[in-house]
Order: sequence, then structure tokens, then C-alpha cells
Amino acid sequence: MSEEKMINLKIDNKDVRVPEGTTILEAARKVNIDIPTLCFLKEINEVGDCRMCITEVEGRRGFATSCIQKVEEGMVVHTNSPAVIEARRTILDLILSNHHRDCLTCVRNGNCELQSLAQKLNMTDIRYDGVKNEYEIDELSPSIVRDFNKCILCRRCVATCKKVQKIGAIDTTQRGFSSCISTVGNNSLNDVNCTFCGQCIENCPTGALHEKESIEEVWKKLKDPETYVVVQTAPAVRVALGEEFGMPIGTNATGKMVNALKCLGFDKVFDTNTGADFTIMEEGTEFVKRFKENDNLPMITSCSPGWVKYIEMNYPENLKHLSSCKSPHEMFGALIKTYYAEKENIDPAKIYVVSVMPCIAKKFERQREEMKENGLYDVDAVLTTRELARMIKSANIEFTELEDEAFDDPMGEATGAGAIFGVTGGVMEAALRSVSEILTGKELEKIDFEEVRGQTGIKRATIKIGDNEIKVVVAHGLGNAQTIMEEIKQGKADYQFVEIMACPGGCIMGGGQPIKSSKTRMTVDVRKKRADAMYTIDEKSKIRKSHENPVLQKIYQDYLGEPGGHKAHEILHTHYTEREKYRI
Amino acid sequence: MEEKNIQEEGSCCNCMDEKLEKELDEILEKYTNSKDNLIQILNEVQIKYGYIPQIAQRKISEYLGIPMAEIYGVITFYSRFTLKPKGKYAISVCLGTACFVKGSEKIMERLKQRLNISEGETTPDGKFSIDATRCVGACGIAPVFTVNGEVYGKATVKKLDEVLDSLQ
Ligand code: SF4
Ligand code: SF4
Ligand code: SF4
Ligand code: FES
Ligand code: FES
Repeated sequence: MSEEKMINLKIDNKDVRVPEGTTILEAARKVNIDIPTLCFLKEINEVGDCRMCITEVEGRRGFATSCIQKVEEGMVVHTNSPAVIEARRTILDLILSNHHRDCLTCVRNGNCELQSLAQKLNMTDIRYDGVKNEYEIDELSPSIVRDFNKCILCRRCVATCKKVQKIGAIDTTQRGFSSCISTVGNNSLNDVNCTFCGQCIENCPTGALHEKESIEEVWKKLKDPETYVVVQTAPAVRVALGEEFGMPIGTNATGKMVNALKCLGFDKVFDTNTGADFTIMEEGTEFVKRFKENDNLPMITSCSPGWVKYIEMNYPENLKHLSSCKSPHEMFGALIKTYYAEKENIDPAKIYVVSVMPCIAKKFERQREEMKENGLYDVDAVLTTRELARMIKSANIEFTELEDEAFDDPMGEATGAGAIFGVTGGVMEAALRSVSEILTGKELEKIDFEEVRGQTGIKRATIKIGDNEIKVVVAHGLGNAQTIMEEIKQGKADYQFVEIMACPGGCIMGGGQPIKSSKTRMTVDVRKKRADAMYTIDEKSKIRKSHENPVLQKIYQDYLGEPGGHKAHEILHTHYTEREKYRI
Repeated sequence: MEEKNIQEEGSCCNCMDEKLEKELDEILEKYTNSKDNLIQILNEVQIKYGYIPQIAQRKISEYLGIPMAEIYGVITFYSRFTLKPKGKYAISVCLGTACFVKGSEKIMERLKQRLNISEGETTPDGKFSIDATRCVGACGIAPVFTVNGEVYGKATVKKLDEVLDSLQ
């Protein structure tokens, strides 16, 4: 290991020793000195644009921009001198003067980096109150709303979309006072190359970007005695929902979540993890068949709707590689309106299925024409984890005080394999557990596939199953998906099975999850904490392989027939279509 | 949102599109597909057509692998690029410091009022377009406006009216 050169400096009279190349901001946070930031987002947007993070360095003229300024030997830094504070207030004043400051009715009220800065810097009035830009709100898409009256031009969204996801649906346009973040021709996100991954929402410090809410529709159905309202929750929701109520990141709040949903008045509370078990059965069976017949390999997973929209727009000639499986909540919705409705003797037209998801692309997926059974949508509304938290708050439920409750039978029981669907590598691991046993007919000795776990952007592994070697790849984040698609396009893919999730980290970091500030993300490994919580759920599960789930076995036996069979195909599978990138 | 209609421009007729596409291909062929060529390509298209048609934006995006939003960002950043065709008579009023001090703003106001369009726009009949420019290097005879590049110095509202009338 090469020796790191260490630098000594003083920040607010504290001695600090950090490796060369560290920024003043990072060095300060190491010794618990907080420097406010706005445009800075670790590893994503380190551009030094907003100047909120300025500090004074002795012997130097002007302020140092601490998020990009590297430490130097002997530096003496003051982060909170009166001059610095005054300058920060002026910068904030200018930002706020062109901001629609309706915090009380803003979705980010209470979780807004701009709002908390204003509070910190004691902005009791705005000195430069002048002309404000007026932008039309873009709410045409089923997934995302852009309100640029709340935008502070930090460009965190642009960096996320362009550098991390490699989409570039939005960019800085115009200049000077007219400068704004927009799409080509100022069109709606609905009509351009946006995938609805929602990563820009996660990274926006303000209320300029948020999900298209479905809360009102759901309240309405809950009030209607004629409607049988069923809710299902995705694997990743339970490990993040607690954060919205002040619980530590990585808390598994499954029991409280189920209880809260019952308090809200849902007729049945089911677990999408069971849907995930069905996906594994179907996808595993499909893979085994395709592997044996060497048919359109590599096969790529299809449970991430942002990813599906991406491939439909960017690599339509490779759609044949996608598994034909619907995503877990769609499979589950379809089963509720067929199998469950029949069994309970309920008119499927009176059933309203709500999916609570960590994802905003699921809102788009829900209304795809292919996601229908006998003219009825499989799923009627999608709520994000954040929206569910808002509903729980509106109903005045003391979430943290709730007793644990269990999901409803008969579809409540899920396996550990279903649980890890929410994290990158989880779908692959769950599939491998079942595929191995289907292919070899023997029980696995070790069911943890460590090779596909972890946060590396692209994970490659060769798995020995009986006499076969299966090469697998796991990619998360659309930037990494692009790399894999280019390999496939150029005929360089020597692997047979690929898992792709649109969001970096997988669903646990989806566009519908609780939003963490830049500061939290700099100091806490949110991804790892949420992922660890998922793997703990798996470890503690009684059953950890989808094909051993008795609920599944029964439904296949009583209703669906064989996995991958005719009826299963009709209800649980779908198809894809080429999509125009720009409909302008 | 105003740009929306403009973006539709150029996609009204298939045969026109085909011709345009062929010409654009010829332009693109001259350049490697390095992203660094963006500005130069935009420049050439702007000069050839007097604006950057949407088809061109799309083709350049595909050719260079740059998202359309980024290209749109560049076009709207530089005042020399425009999203709609200029009029037969492209009139520019200098709003540089010298001209501004000598009241070029009044000339701009009058022009907008007479043609009933704003800066950066073209009259519906395609005859006139208005732009604001910065110093055109004729401060000695400020204020100035130009028509298709021809400079009119020591301008007054009256002089503008006369020129406009002569162009009708
Ligand atoms: S974005 Fe933040 S500061 Fe602006 S109105 Fe919303 S909560 Fe308030
Ligand atoms: S949702 Fe995803 S693709 Fe769409 S603008 Fe945001 S980051 Fe880009
Ligand atoms: S939309 Fe949000 S993230 Fe994007 S520039 Fe505006 S404030 Fe920043
Ligand atoms: S310049 Fe450092 S946070 Fe924006
Ligand atoms: S300022 Fe108008 S020509 Fe120089």
C-alpha cells in the first residue's frame, strides 16, 4: 500500500490531520464542524457553484469554496466568522428573492435543504425581493412533477441524470436571469427520454421535483364502502419508511407498517415479497428453459420499470433479451384480481389494488396497457414510500408507538428470497437459489451468493450449478446498464443471466424512498444500512427459497398449474414495445 | 412554453424533411463524431438555415451521442444560435452600452410595437424578425440598428419608421 501523504491544518482552532486531496468541507466534517452546502452532492455534483460553503482562510484574499478547495499544509480556516456568515446570508437572500416561498404547502416542508438553511441563517426577511420567474408546472407525466418556481439551479438533478444515469433528459438552458433547468424545447418530461427513475427527485434539495401524488384517489377509495381496497408493500419500503418518522436509517419497520396500513382502513394488507416469489418461480423457469435451449441469451431481468422504459427507448433491437415476466407487484395485483377474487368470491371490478413502492416508475408501469387482465388494471394506484408516510401523518397515527402486526393470509407469507428483491443483486441471488435446485434437483449447501452482493456498479460472477457454469452479471444504475447493453450490442456478452435495476443500489435507493440530505449522505452510508436491513430479514426468514414457499405451491396447484405454463403466462407475463425517445 | 410551437417547425412536410435530412447528413459527414464538434456543427447549421431546425438537433444528438436537452441548452445559451428562422428582413437593434445610453431602447420599443412581435421572434408572414445585439463596433454613430447586416447609424424612431416603410 502506498503511504498517503497527510496534511495538517487548523479549522476553527481545532487541529486536523487528513490525507492530501481532502477538501476543506470533508476535513471539517471529520472533526464535526458543519459547513452549510447547497449545490454539493458527494461524488455527484462537486462543482463549487452556489458558494454557500465559503470559508475564510488566513492570509488569503476572498473566500475559499470549501466543497472544492483542497486542504494545504498549515492552513488556518475559519468557517463561521461574521464576514462568512454575512456573505452566506447575502447569497441565500439572492436565491430566496427568486423563490416561491410557500413552505407551508410545499411537499418538502420539513425536509428541505433550502428551508433549513434559511432557518439556520435566521432569514427573517428578504432584502432583495424583486421580480420572480414564473414557470408553468409540468405535471403531464404519470410519475414526476417539475415545479421550477422552487428550483435554485444547484444542478444536482442534471448531474444525476447525465452523469450517474447517463440519460440527460434535463439540462441547464437559457442564461442569466432566464436560466432554468429544462428539457429539449421545454417539453414535458413525459415526452422526452426520461425513464422516470426518480433519481433526480432523491437528489434535489428543494420541492422543485416530486412524485405525481396518488394520495387523493386512494383516500377516496378508502372511504367508499363498495370498494374492496387491497394494499401490498414492496420489499424495500419496510426498511426505509421508519426514517420518515425519525427512526434510524436501516430500521426494519415491517410490523408497524402493516399495523399503520390497517389503521388507515385497507381491507387487506398483503406482502409484495410473495409477488417476488412468484417472479422468481416464473423467471427462474424461463431462464432454465432459455439456458437449455440457448434461446436469446443473456436473459435480462424485467422487474425494474425504469430500466424497462430505458431499454424500450434506447435498445429496442435487444428487447428479446428481456424476461417476459411482469414485475412482482404487477404479478401480485393480477393474482389478487383473479385467483384471490375467485377464491373469496369478490367481483374483481370492485377490488382496488394499491401498491406501496420505493419507485416512481411503477406509477408509469401501472398504467401500461399490457398490465391488464380482463380489461382491469392489475394495480390501480401506486404510492411511494414518502406518500404512505404522508398519509400516516395525516391520519395522526403515532407510527413509532404502533405494535407489530403481521400481513394478512392467505397471501401474506413470503420467503427471504422475496425480501432481498429490493437490493442490487437480490433478484439474481433469489433466482440462483431456485434455478440451482431446479437444474440439479439437489438441495443447495450454501444459499448465500456473496458474489452478487455489495455496491460495486457492475458485478460479474461465474456460478457452478451441477455440471453447468453460468456466467451472471448484476448492474445497477442506468449508467452501468448502458455499459452492459453496449457489450450485448457489440456481441461481447459471454454471460447468460443479467440483473439490471435502474436505481444505483437497487430499490432501497429508489426514486420514491425517503429523501436524505446532502449532509446525511456525506456522513452515513444510507445504501449499506438499508441493504443490511434487507439481508437481515432474509437471514431471519423461516423459508429462504421461493420455490419452497407453501403459499406459492398451493396457488400453482389450485389455480395456475405449472410455472411457466399456459395460465401462468396469461396472468404473470407481459411483452414490450419500442418507444420513441423524443415525442416532440 | 412558448418554444413549443417553434419546435414543430420543419416537421410539417415529409419531402421537406427528407431534403433537410440529406443536407444535414452532408454537413455531419464533414465532422468526426467527437463531442467537441458540437459548437462548430451548430454554427454551420445556423449559417446555412438561419436557425437550428429541430431535425438538426435530433440528428446532431444521434451523431455525437449528446442528449437533446444538452444541445438545446447550448443553443439557448448562445445568442448567435436561434430556434426559429429569421425573417426576410432580419432587424437587429444594438443594446450595447453606447447605443443604450443614446436611447436605442426606444428604437427597440418602437420596432416591437410596429411589428407586433417580441425580441427573438419573426412575424407570422416571415417577413421581419427582431433581435437585440451587443456592440456591433459602430459606437461612433450610436444608436444603431441593422437590417440583414446593413448598418443604420444615428438612428431615430423617425428613421426607423422610414426604413420600415421602404421595406413593406
Ligand atoms: S422548496 Fe423548500 S424553501 Fe421552497 S417552498 Fe418548498 S419547503 Fe419552502
Ligand atoms: S427521472 Fe431519471 S431519467 Fe428522468 S429526469 Fe430524473 S434522473 Fe433523469
Ligand atoms: S430541480 Fe432541484 S436539483 Fe435540480 S437544479 Fe433545481 S433545485 Fe437543484
Ligand atoms: S459551492 Fe460548495 S456547496 Fe455549492
Ligand atoms: S454600443 Fe452599439 S455599436 Fe457599440
